Amino acid sequence: MTTVLKLDNIHKAFGEVEVLRGIDLEVAEHEVVALIGASGSGKSTLLRTINLLERVDDGQVWLRDSDISDPRVKADAVRARIGVVFQQFNLFPHLTVLDNVTLASRQVLGISRTAADKRGIELLTRIGLADKARVYPDRLSGGQQQRAAIARAIATEPELLLLDEITSALDPELVGEVLDLVRELKADGTTIVMATHEMAFARDVADRVVFLDKGVIEEQGPPAQLFGAPQKARTREFLARFSG
Amino acid sequence: MTSRSNDEARQPSSIELGRRAFRRRQNSRSVLLSVASTLVFAVVVWITIVNTPGWARVQKTFFDPEVFVSSLPRVAEGFVLNLRVLFFAVIAVFIFSILIALLRTLRGPVFFPVRALAAGYTDLFRGIPLIIVLYLVGFGIPGLRLTETRIPAEVLGIIALTLTYSAYVSEVWRAGIEAVHPSQIQAARSLGLSHTKTMRLVVLPQALRKVTPALMNDFISMQKDVGLISVLGAVDAVRAAQIETSQAFNFTPYVVAGLLFVLLALPMIRLTDWYTARLRGREQVGSIVV
Repeated sequence: MTTVLKLDNIHKAFGEVEVLRGIDLEVAEHEVVALIGASGSGKSTLLRTINLLERVDDGQVWLRDSDISDPRVKADAVRARIGVVFQQFNLFPHLTVLDNVTLASRQVLGISRTAADKRGIELLTRIGLADKARVYPDRLSGGQQQRAAIARAIATEPELLLLDEITSALDPELVGEVLDLVRELKADGTTIVMATHEMAFARDVADRVVFLDKGVIEEQGPPAQLFGAPQKARTREFLARFSG
Repeated sequence: MTSRSNDEARQPSSIELGRRAFRRRQNSRSVLLSVASTLVFAVVVWITIVNTPGWARVQKTFFDPEVFVSSLPRVAEGFVLNLRVLFFAVIAVFIFSILIALLRTLRGPVFFPVRALAAGYTDLFRGIPLIIVLYLVGFGIPGLRLTETRIPAEVLGIIALTLTYSAYVSEVWRAGIEAVHPSQIQAARSLGLSHTKTMRLVVLPQALRKVTPALMNDFISMQKDVGLISVLGAVDAVRAAQIETSQAFNFTPYVVAGLLFVLLALPMIRLTDWYTARLRGREQVGSIVV
């Protein structure tokens, strides 16, 4: 099994606050890893260090065979290999949905507009947004915006997809369509690391669940084990609050 | 959206019809009232001015129809020079101001000197009155004897206007750039776009939308300040008016020049108002109290 991502003793502090305190994690190809934990447990920060939006204070981040925490590495090239979907969608309001999806293909990979548009339309058709290709994001519902944001993230066929609480800003009735799309991505074999508050979804779709607490991995394992028979007291406490 | 078509088919109730009729009556009353009050005010001002002891003399020296007609061609000819200077200065300001604004957004200690230089430039040129910049550039640059031939006054005027206005306009751009939410930059960078491409493709287009009314306002301001190049000896509208005035012993040519500047500015002023209102309407749908 090929390892796509390897985190080795990651540390990160903001001023006095130590957010990540020695994280070790390996993610295999086609694996879906769910990060759970309370707000402030370091889930988002961990995702941000992976695609170099945040610089680590110590430790190494490996993407396949390269140490991407090495300052000599070109951050733009690394980010192009990793797709990110944000909680607040962050679509570009001045570009049509199609242009949002094709921007990276055209400007980073250098694919022609015609080819990028063709592929973009295919992608939007697959996720049921083909009729929205020429409209601007503000005409879309939250769920549609988030699906478009996912299409934008996967348009360049990244080796790794990071999802940062992508349903947290959605109305409850719109969560389903976004999660369905993530299920499809998993079926396609996409390697995913996602921070989530949707325990039921993590249990359903993740191959492995990682419980972060105060900047360390407190416990991890297959969903059945972690949700069914958590070993640590902190995990039980956290899960009890969510199911309660 | 879907209820619109239903509304058109549905007949409004008698209560709604009554309300509409009442609003129409109120409306016409308001219009009549404002027209009448404006007219009264204008007439009062007019009568007051006309009855001042010096009015006859002022009318003769500032509003002489004969001088107006005779000076118009030369003043208009000078005005063409203003338009030319304005044209090139606006383009130069547009490019130069974006550049300065972008330099000021660069982060990291490596760029400190560039940032400091850009900041120093905007501080300096927002502080100096344009007329002094015109003198310094207009008589200082030729004094350096960079070229064999004389640099035309209009070129020096363009340089001076560009220096002053770029300082203002770059601050407008900077405000616009900073008003684009950081999450937009994050999203662009996470796609692998470089800093430069992020600025060009994501930040600047959004900033432009935000600052267009302010930019148009600065453009209007430039349209009239372009008249100051007359101090460099270029025969523009103001200078031509000055020459005509001294020949006719009558100030009407200045009024002619002033009128030309107003005519130039009016379309832009209206356009700015219209655009600002449209922008406001779009961004504040449902939150404007009628």
